[in-house]
Amino acid sequence: MALRRQSVVLAVLLAPVTLFLGVFFLLPLLIIALFSFLSPGLYGGVEWTFYHWNYGRIFGWADGVNEIFEPIYLKILIRSLGFAALTVVLTLILCYPVAFWVSRLSERWRLLFLFLITLPFFCSLIVRLYAWLLILKPTGLLNTILLRAGLVSAPLEILYTPTAVVLGMVYVMVPFMFLPLYVSVDTLDRAQVEASQDLGANRVQTFLKVILPQTLPGIAGGSVIVFIPAVGNFVVPDVLGGAKGLMIGNLVEQQFLSARNWPFGSALSMIIMAVVLAVLMLSVSRARRAGGHA
Amino acid sequence: MSALLEINAARREFVTPEGGRLAALDGVDLTVGANEFVTLLGPSGCGKTTLLRAISGFEMLDSGTMRLGGADLTVLPPFRRPVNTVFQSYALFGHMTVARNVGYALEVAGASRTVREGQVAEALEKVGLSGLGARRPGQLSGGQRQRVALARAIIAKPRLLLLDEPLSALDRNLRQQMQLELKTLQHSLGIAFIFVTHDQEEALTMSDRIVVMRAGRVEQIGTPRDIYRHPRNRFVAEFIGETNLFAVTVDRIEGSLALARTGEGVEMHLPATGRSVGERVTAILRPTDFTLGNGGIPGRVTRVVYLGSDLYIFVQPQTGGPEIRVIARDGAGTEEGAAVHLAHDPTRVHVLEAM
Repeated sequence: MALRRQSVVLAVLLAPVTLFLGVFFLLPLLIIALFSFLSPGLYGGVEWTFYHWNYGRIFGWADGVNEIFEPIYLKILIRSLGFAALTVVLTLILCYPVAFWVSRLSERWRLLFLFLITLPFFCSLIVRLYAWLLILKPTGLLNTILLRAGLVSAPLEILYTPTAVVLGMVYVMVPFMFLPLYVSVDTLDRAQVEASQDLGANRVQTFLKVILPQTLPGIAGGSVIVFIPAVGNFVVPDVLGGAKGLMIGNLVEQQFLSARNWPFGSALSMIIMAVVLAVLMLSVSRARRAGGHA
Repeated sequence: MSALLEINAARREFVTPEGGRLAALDGVDLTVGANEFVTLLGPSGCGKTTLLRAISGFEMLDSGTMRLGGADLTVLPPFRRPVNTVFQSYALFGHMTVARNVGYALEVAGASRTVREGQVAEALEKVGLSGLGARRPGQLSGGQRQRVALARAIIAKPRLLLLDEPLSALDRNLRQQMQLELKTLQHSLGIAFIFVTHDQEEALTMSDRIVVMRAGRVEQIGTPRDIYRHPRNRFVAEFIGETNLFAVTVDRIEGSLALARTGEGVEMHLPATGRSVGERVTAILRPTDFTLGNGGIPGRVTRVVYLGSDLYIFVQPQTGGPEIRVIARDGAGTEEGAAVHLAHDPTRVHVLEAM
């Protein structure tokens, strides 16, 4: 009886979120999945006929009649994955040592630092990216300083390059990497670190054999949380990237808003989702293997 | 006795949150022999853990020296010291199997897999955990984890094993069993143990010598019998075992006996050696030093605690003054309210000259 009652309570509690996700997340997703197999309407929208050429246009089985295969889409996809991976690596390198430093601060300074890390969320992303635009442009802050200091003779061309895109994404993603990392570093058992040294392991060995494995959940969590939005990001390349900084998210945006090719945009979206899902499953299964029992 | 560990004038200060300075070690001298079981005993904050951490290398001394087997240890980092520790929390590596935990010291020293496997099996057998090598620490009971920590700490054959209150998390029965096992293990390994505890009973049972510490200083070093029968001062007397303290003035001396009296008029006999009339001293008597009889201090039983074959009774002296704690045989005349006389053997009285 008690069990039955519990499951009723559980169902009641879960109903609102299930309904919400079902209507506003799963349904649109199914619509996009469906659209990706339909043909584009003349002025946007879709024609209700089965049409696999959207994918053919990306992966290469387009016959040249319905659609034309253009390798640029795959290139942009691979570039996006590369940018996202680079963003993960750079945020990780930036945040990992800082997490250790912060976890050793006194209570007061630690809270202040955690507040500072979340401070960017108080300001619109677009505004912050335009600030970067002002910093990076040829007559911007960075170049002015470098020129005045005599470190460069001509302004650096950073804006509208892949460098600017990665820089912007690293900037945006740092808090997402830092917080999970910090949690795992903060809960690291210091006694185990001492035990390792006590048993003769030097600092490098202790790091590789004890500290790194113990903080792996944080590294994996932060990486996934950074990688997923980074792959599909279109705001950063929109503001800071030029033609060479274009990412797959921008393509999707263009297909829906400018080219009015909804089915093709949907197909691109599905590909992003497939890649993200694959990465997620890989990291979960690896984490499970590394974590083992308890 | 050949000295294995020699500590001279060890000093370590900490800055308190209020900005003051606190000497956790305030000039500690200690020598430990090659096969000795030494216990560091004291209340929390006495510096015993700091001393242990200074030996393992996790605290550096502000001044003083430390030598192990003649080699200077003072500035070596923990991983260069031939000393291993059993941590209070065990500090087992949760992401490794029991076998890899135990073999860790060999792994980081670069021992081959076959060497490691052999020695791990041997170490696990020594602590009675054969066959559990493939488990994870999370799947073991508290007592088993304790043994894994022990096996891990002895596998590299240290000359000195440090144990930081390793039994405090175990229940009473298991703790007593582990006390005996630790003692046996120490004998069979033939190495020195330095054992930190705040449990005086544990210290008395296991140690060759006890180091009683207070506020960063060594109060007394001696065998358990020494410490118990001849405490050097009031602190040691009160910290080790149950104690009755009497502030007395010597009244007169008769042959080998000195008659002394407390302020309230409780009379007792002390050995006359070294005593002089009018001298004020502290007399120490353990609860077991009294016998219930016809002569002695008259009083009334106020409280009785049943211990099994013995009784723990509180006696209020007729003349007044603090209650006297006595351990007596269960028998007639020991019920609450009974009038009793407490006799004592004068030679059992330990006298502190300082008040």
